[in-house]
Amino acid sequence: MFVRLVYESFRRQKRRKLLAGAAITLGVTVATAMIAVATDIGDKINRELRTIGANLVVTPQEDSLDVEIGGVNLKPPTDGAYLNEADLPKIKGIFWHNNITGFAPMLPVSVALGRKSDQQDVTLLGTYFAKRVSYGRDEFTTGVRSTHPWWKVAGEWPEDSSQDVLLGERLATRLGDKSGDEITVAGRELRVSGILSTGGAEDDEVVAPLGLAQEILGRPGAVRRVYVSALTKPEDAFARRDPKGMSGAIYDRWYCSPYPQSIAFQLAEAIPHSHAEQIRQVAQNEGAVLTRIEGLIVLITLAALFASALAVSAAMAIAIFERRAEVGLMKALGAGKLAVASIFFGEATLLALLGGLAGFVAGGVLAHQIGHSIFNSDISIAPIVLPVILAIAVLVTFAGSALAIRRAVGMDPVFALRGEL
Amino acid sequence: MNASISHRAQELAASRARVPHTSMFFRMLVRAAVLRRGRALSALFAMVVAAAVATAMLNLYVDVQAKLQREFRNYGANIILAGRDGAGRDGASLPADAPARVDSVLAGRGIAAPFALIVARTAEGQPIVVAGTDFERVRRLDKWWSVSNWPSETPTSRAEDAREMGHPGLIGVRAMAAVAPKNQAFDLSFQGHSLRVTPAGSVRTGAAEDSRIYLSLADFEAWTGVQPSTIEVAASGSPEEVAGIMSQLGQAIPESDVRPVRQIMEGEARVLGKTRATLLAAATLIILTAALCVLSTLMGWVFDRRRDFAIMKALGAPGRLLSGFFAAEAAVLGATGALIGFLLGIGIAAWIGRVNFHAPISPRWSVLPVVLAGSMAVTLLSAILPISLLRRVQPAAILRGE
Repeated sequence: MFVRLVYESFRRQKRRKLLAGAAITLGVTVATAMIAVATDIGDKINRELRTIGANLVVTPQEDSLDVEIGGVNLKPPTDGAYLNEADLPKIKGIFWHNNITGFAPMLPVSVALGRKSDQQDVTLLGTYFAKRVSYGRDEFTTGVRSTHPWWKVAGEWPEDSSQDVLLGERLATRLGDKSGDEITVAGRELRVSGILSTGGAEDDEVVAPLGLAQEILGRPGAVRRVYVSALTKPEDAFARRDPKGMSGAIYDRWYCSPYPQSIAFQLAEAIPHSHAEQIRQVAQNEGAVLTRIEGLIVLITLAALFASALAVSAAMAIAIFERRAEVGLMKALGAGKLAVASIFFGEATLLALLGGLAGFVAGGVLAHQIGHSIFNSDISIAPIVLPVILAIAVLVTFAGSALAIRRAVGMDPVFALRGEL
Repeated sequence: MNASISHRAQELAASRARVPHTSMFFRMLVRAAVLRRGRALSALFAMVVAAAVATAMLNLYVDVQAKLQREFRNYGANIILAGRDGAGRDGASLPADAPARVDSVLAGRGIAAPFALIVARTAEGQPIVVAGTDFERVRRLDKWWSVSNWPSETPTSRAEDAREMGHPGLIGVRAMAAVAPKNQAFDLSFQGHSLRVTPAGSVRTGAAEDSRIYLSLADFEAWTGVQPSTIEVAASGSPEEVAGIMSQLGQAIPESDVRPVRQIMEGEARVLGKTRATLLAAATLIILTAALCVLSTLMGWVFDRRRDFAIMKALGAPGRLLSGFFAAEAAVLGATGALIGFLLGIGIAAWIGRVNFHAPISPRWSVLPVVLAGSMAVTLLSAILPISLLRRVQPAAILRGE
């Protein structure tokens, strides 16, 4: 009888059920989309923050002091230690290799620019532009084009295997050179493939493929430092602890959290004779920005959940209130309060499940749309969210109906049937 | 012309005569709300919540840019002033009054710190970069510097003291290991002049600062005679405001090269843009949901009163008056709800600001007319829609409960 009552109620009052169902669907859609956005926003903003530049730097362990002013390297070329270029792909072999979005080796070399009569000392910076590197079976492309996205080139980016160079913007203005010209660097004729503008010290430098810089320096395989761009988790008190003093389990937890410190620690482990450190300007501040934005979106998601819960409750309350006469009839025929209430709650559950399912699908589509239009990447929903969403939908529908159902079962059937309530 | 006006006046007088007293109109409005307290309050509640949520979201959307920009200023300088020599190379000294001129241009819209750099030699002949700067300003500009102890700014008063104690310096962690591993005082020489430096503290940044020694500008200038060659400026405000400050700086100090720190500026613009877009999407969804909630609640309320409607109609009230009555009721409800909701929303926004940004979000009064107009539009729509349906129905049918 119960099943038949519920079934008939759905069959005969299609319009009303559709209206209430639509409200639930809409509420769940908004809730699902916002939950999806909130869980993914950290990762998305983290990737956007990577455009500010590398947050970790790897240097040789036994390095002498850098003597560098305004991008001009005054350190004697024989001085100091180097990293080995052959070790670099190991960066992609660390525990958090999926969080490494790119790396760029740097090798500054002081060179004489120009012909014999009119020479000046400039820095030639060797690096990767977009080099294909392989580690094990993995192949990936890395270099300044991904780690330093604010570098702009008028002309062409040089090939990593070529003998072409980029000329810094201010240096080019001083020399009067443009892309396509030849310049003489350390006695070699090199073609300028483009003019580089960075707004930093590189504007006064010549930027060349790493291989060429090593050839000019006469040290094959040498790298002075490596900038690593990694997705990290905002640092907390636990992150700042010294791994040396930790016990086994705590050390594992520290090691397996993507803090800047633990990724730096793993980089230093992976590359022999190296020292890795966070670049505090980038690493420290991105944690703060990330925390703020995540916090904001979480609070707004709460607001969205609240608003959709309210919308669902309002729709349910109205739907039940409109059926006073029906309740009156059932009660007049001798139905108890429990029987009437259970029919309403049964209908509410069914509505919540159907509306919740439809809303979940629609919310997924909406989140996908938001991800593509704002971040150009997918925002996906973990399937684990579905039961949570359905539970919330049922709960909210119940809460919204409870008051109306209580009033409905409590009223006198006579007045209800006469329509005087 | 005259005839038509007098005709209109007659018509107006006629309609006035038919219309019950104005006081009756208001009495009905008030009594309707008082007698059906529960339903009216629930409709008002929905309106208040919707208006509060809308106000909070709009306030946040307007304010989040300023809040996040403040957050981004912790990245340090977004403008660099560099001294320029004749050949267009960096490294020339800026005029002595350049920091003062920069300060007068900024006028509280940011902070600037001067830097002077030279290469000195240690007692062992090792080259090392020594910088002179204003510690008080650097401390506020470069908040990411991890400093064990900032040197005090007060210059050593007596020359003998200085010779004995040495000048306090902030030593980069890598420089510290090279020149003062035991935290002892050490000598530096530059062009024949030597200076004794006592490490007051160490600085760690993970960048070039780690291999440098920082002295106070007064000590540095007295020792080397070199003036600051760069001024780092963290200008606050929107991209347009920062661009304005840049051009003002260029005019105020024509001897310098004013450059944006593109790395910071572009990253900031990207992150801000994406955050605002996400916020806008969220705000649209939430406001839409809230509006629909109000719409359904109010429509339910008006539908519920179809008996009132039918009785009024049966007593001979014209359709225009009835629509006007329900519309006025809705408008009052909408305005009241919007006002209470606005105040509540400002409270919510301020709370979010305090919890998340540790700074209150100031109320934006420009949001009020938007919220007010939106609320009125939604309430009017939810009153007019059921009325226009009911107007087509015979009052007798409604009264009979059909």
